[in-house]
Amino acid sequence: MEPITLYKGRAAVLDRNNVDTDQIIPKQFLKRIERSGFGEFLFYNWRFDEEGKKRPDFELNQPQNQNTSILIAGENFGCGSSREHAPWSLKDYGFDIVIAPSYADIFKSNCMKNGMVPVALTPSEVKHLMEAASAPDYELTIDLPNQTLRDDQGFEASFEIHPYWKEMLVKGWDEISITLQYDKAISAFESRTKAASTI
Amino acid sequence: MGKSIIEKIWDQHIVNEEENKPDLLYIDLQYIHEVTSPQAFEGLRLKGRTVRRPDRTFATMDHNVPTVNRYFIEDDIARKQLDALDQNCKEFGIRLADLDSPEQGIVHVIGPELGLTQPGMTIVCGDSHTSTHGAFGSIAFGIGTSEVEHVLATQTLWQTKPKTLKLEVNGQLGHGVKAKDVILYVIAKFGVDFGTGHIIEYCGEVFRDMSMEERMTVCNMSIEGGARAGLVAPDETTFSYLKGRKYVPKGEEFERCVQDWKSLSSDQDAVYDQEIILDGSLISPMVSWGTNPGMASGVDGKVPTFAEEIIDSKELDRALAYMGLKEGMAITDIPVQHVFIGSCTNSRIEDLRQAAEMIDGQEVHKGVRAMVVPGSQRVKRQAEEEGLDEIFKSAGFEWRESGCSMCLSMNPDAVPSGEHCASTSNRNFEGRQGAGARTHLVSPAMAAAAAIHGKFVDIRKFKQAEQVH
Repeated sequence: MEPITLYKGRAAVLDRNNVDTDQIIPKQFLKRIERSGFGEFLFYNWRFDEEGKKRPDFELNQPQNQNTSILIAGENFGCGSSREHAPWSLKDYGFDIVIAPSYADIFKSNCMKNGMVPVALTPSEVKHLMEAASAPDYELTIDLPNQTLRDDQGFEASFEIHPYWKEMLVKGWDEISITLQYDKAISAFESRTKAASTI
Repeated sequence: MGKSIIEKIWDQHIVNEEENKPDLLYIDLQYIHEVTSPQAFEGLRLKGRTVRRPDRTFATMDHNVPTVNRYFIEDDIARKQLDALDQNCKEFGIRLADLDSPEQGIVHVIGPELGLTQPGMTIVCGDSHTSTHGAFGSIAFGIGTSEVEHVLATQTLWQTKPKTLKLEVNGQLGHGVKAKDVILYVIAKFGVDFGTGHIIEYCGEVFRDMSMEERMTVCNMSIEGGARAGLVAPDETTFSYLKGRKYVPKGEEFERCVQDWKSLSSDQDAVYDQEIILDGSLISPMVSWGTNPGMASGVDGKVPTFAEEIIDSKELDRALAYMGLKEGMAITDIPVQHVFIGSCTNSRIEDLRQAAEMIDGQEVHKGVRAMVVPGSQRVKRQAEEEGLDEIFKSAGFEWRESGCSMCLSMNPDAVPSGEHCASTSNRNFEGRQGAGARTHLVSPAMAAAAAIHGKFVDIRKFKQAEQVH
């Protein structure tokens, strides 16, 4: 996993609440057995019509949202299915950071396992950013170690992230290799509980 | 201060607890299916890792499986995914209920049937409807593929302790009002994210009176209210369901387990982060009209209007446009062209009995295509022994093989664009049952009645609804 510390980028706006993972990556694209190559199918049914042509009214097809690497969205982003294909497709499309007032639990966890930061701000901060982001050359800077987000026009906000996840993201660690260091504790647990038996 | 069942199970599974870290939580059981596991096994192989507890891992094939001729998989990529699961299970020594197995079925149907799911366990699966297993008094939640890999390798997960939510529903449900209606009512009332960050404990008379099948329906849809897990404390209903099942301890050991399981119930003085108390007698049979499970109304109700300002106007506008409905229209005026009885929410034997009783010698309405997809091969066999298949078939329903089918239409079963489907599944998201498909979530009894009438009808008005309850 690539470490993330100070991140600068332009933001796209998807002003919709309750965007579910079925929209982020529709089911017909879940049959691949790889982790890569999902970006071209991101928001497929919203981005493309039945003939595969881009729908001009969909936010990500609009000119101001091109060449962006941060996605600003409405509340409860990533609800529904647990498919990790959702962050895989966002990341593969080019989004490294998502900003929203709130996230579904499984999606949030899936993001962090893939080097993506789900930044949660207050609804009014998100509203402000949605309005500001449409200006050309508007850029946001995310400082993960200090848990802050700012623009070049004086806006600054802080966000919460569990210290454990922050460390994982900042250092780009492989979580399983960390956990394997607890092997003795896991074995001890297994020998003193019902986990000693098979099912 | 007393502890809730949620805290009791959680505390019993902590492997490591230290400052600035989530708890390292032991996972008793992992279920695997073909769609969310291939990348996890590949990750193990790349790092030369093994599966720590293949004996606490169980796999099945469900999402991609055809329900007509199950061995004829036209889609090469889908077949590759099924083959990959077969190979991965062989390589890592994991039990697999494949297409040849009499135990095959939807992962959340077969786990309980086999008695793998037991009270007090921590259970995970790369599927958000893992919350189903909470019906047995376990902490069961959906995870992503990276977490699947983590559990395969370590049998643990780093988890911050969730908040607790006590949801109590008292009173008696009216005739024709089912478990599905209860959970849809709750989500419609409190929204699709009221449970985010929480585990729900379902308490009160209504859940106590429910069968295990009904509790599974409720817990299954916890995730549609944002809660990763929801559970019901185990009781005599749970124990008698479990007794004698394949993987449940037998004889004296079973009795010892029951004593253990009884001690899991929440203490009288347990404190929850949130409490909700509802009156079950106020619940009507529910029908979803919009594009998330919170957009639902009683069958005697109407689609909301913009003026009511119940839902953000932009969201309402988008939902009505997608669903092809008008604001303020009566739910009973919505036409139905497809009926799907199945999914991990409502495909168990009781669900099929509930649907079959509504048919009562009538036939599927002209122009309606209706199908029943049993949740597992075992459910299918039992239904056939009881003659339910004949009731469905002679009424004009298609009788299929087990799988996830039209809940998410990863296999060939789908609803055409612009057509309405009364579905016993769990999600009415855009495109879920096919691009442009319009899904309405209902109970199996409501779905069967819609098949007969070609529209939604209030089943409380029928005599047989009283017999069903």
